[in-house]
Amino acid sequence: MAKPPDCSHCQKPATIHLTQIVNNEIKKLDFCEDCPHQKGVTDPAGFSLADLLSSGDEESFSGNQSAVSECPSCGFSPKNFKKLGRLGCPDCYTSLEDFIEPMLAKMHRGTHHNGKFPHGLVSRILFQRKVRETEEALQSAVESENYEEAAKLRDELKALQSSPESTNFSHG
Amino acid sequence: MPRTFYANMQIQPLIDGKSELTHAAEPPQEVVISTRVRLARNLQGHPFPGWAKTAQRRDVLTACEQAIASLDAMQRGAVLEIENLSDLEKQVLVERHLISRELSAHGVGSGVVVSPDQAVAIMINEEDHLRIQVLRSGYHFNDIWEAIDAIDTSLEGQLDYAFSEEIGYLTACPTNVGTGLRASVMMHLPGLVLASQMEKVVRAVNQLGMVVRGLFGEGSDASGSLFQISNQQTLGESEADIIRRLGSVIETIKEQEINARLRLVENEPLKLADKIGRAFGILQHGHVLSSSEAMNFLSLIRLAVDLGLLPSEQRAQVDRLFLECQPGHIQFAARENIDSEGRDIARARMLREETVRMPPLNFDKLAFS
Repeated sequence: MAKPPDCSHCQKPATIHLTQIVNNEIKKLDFCEDCPHQKGVTDPAGFSLADLLSSGDEESFSGNQSAVSECPSCGFSPKNFKKLGRLGCPDCYTSLEDFIEPMLAKMHRGTHHNGKFPHGLVSRILFQRKVRETEEALQSAVESENYEEAAKLRDELKALQSSPESTNFSHG
Repeated sequence: MPRTFYANMQIQPLIDGKSELTHAAEPPQEVVISTRVRLARNLQGHPFPGWAKTAQRRDVLTACEQAIASLDAMQRGAVLEIENLSDLEKQVLVERHLISRELSAHGVGSGVVVSPDQAVAIMINEEDHLRIQVLRSGYHFNDIWEAIDAIDTSLEGQLDYAFSEEIGYLTACPTNVGTGLRASVMMHLPGLVLASQMEKVVRAVNQLGMVVRGLFGEGSDASGSLFQISNQQTLGESEADIIRRLGSVIETIKEQEINARLRLVENEPLKLADKIGRAFGILQHGHVLSSSEAMNFLSLIRLAVDLGLLPSEQRAQVDRLFLECQPGHIQFAARENIDSEGRDIARARMLREETVRMPPLNFDKLAFS
């Protein structure tokens, strides 16, 4: 019998063999049990590797995923995703990031949003910047004992903080 | 409580009204039937519909309905909650592409708001909290993007969207994250189907990250040679880039289709004339017609219009019949419960009445001897 191939990353015997077809090209990868995790190679293997690991070696899979197994906001776990194919709530994208991010790289043309931003978010960022700048100006006016300027800035800051934008943005 | 088909129909005004699909302002074009863009949006702090409890779904439904009610585009629109609709009403809405099969299968806490001209439909608690759709007859990406962008911006002023600076709009399925945008074009491709080239087209389109589906989306067949071509990826590109790239794919397919038709006219005019003539004959005189048969014959009549065998005014009628020969529409028009065989008879009767007034086919346009 032919000798089993060695791991693509170290010299240990490979126990996980991955065959992918990307753009009509067959790519083969061989891993020992430890390397996929250490190297962060969860993708482009994506689903298939996760499936492989969870069926073959449940303990090592969940052991390495131990950081987050459930979204604290909604109780959703990667196990549910395998069944439903959908996530639990918007927070899953942060709490289950290690699970989701590799999928995104596989599914999409890029990993960073390049499209529309909610207008509210843009004005929220601008508002927060304005507040920060006013606070900094106030601080330096106080330090340089320019009390007239400081009083003016304090009024401006107060006006900003009591503006409708301030209440709109207080939750986020 | 679910209603039976003969009870007072909530969707009657939609059927009676002039819709974008049945009475478009502009005459329909060759090859491209309609253009559609949808945006997937969700509310921060609420579980996605598939993971939410009934009470949570209801909360989202109420919040979204209120926000939608304030939109200019949705004034005097139809507000429909899925649990109050009969199966038949849902089927009619699916056939009109106003709701998805998925929404139709949902019960409690799901709904749709449809604008009076049916160009805008906003589904609530489908896969995502909001699925905003703008649909127009013909090829109109720029207008549609402007319209849907304005609706989205206005909704966003009232609802707290789930959004990440890194990966954009957050959606229930990671395949929609980013822009949440799916742009699609319904194309009529009988030339490529007759020339057995669709498989090649599907493969080529897939390699560009676009998808080809049948008339009713995933898993549906391509009766009537009608295909939806849409983008698959939503993250990494801007909305404008996605639409531009899809647009160039559409242009290429359109060109291929025209070429395939020219080759058919040149190489096999007799075979083509025979197919069209038989389709016309059966539509005018048939007495039992299944919906896929009807779709395929109507497809050949639309091709006949494009080739000049019938006046171009007939194209709008064919597009309306594509819709009205669907099972739900036939059942709805019958006003009484009929089985599948009864529907085939009713469909044939309707199509006889519709096509008998059409002018005769002008075969001179096909130069065969």
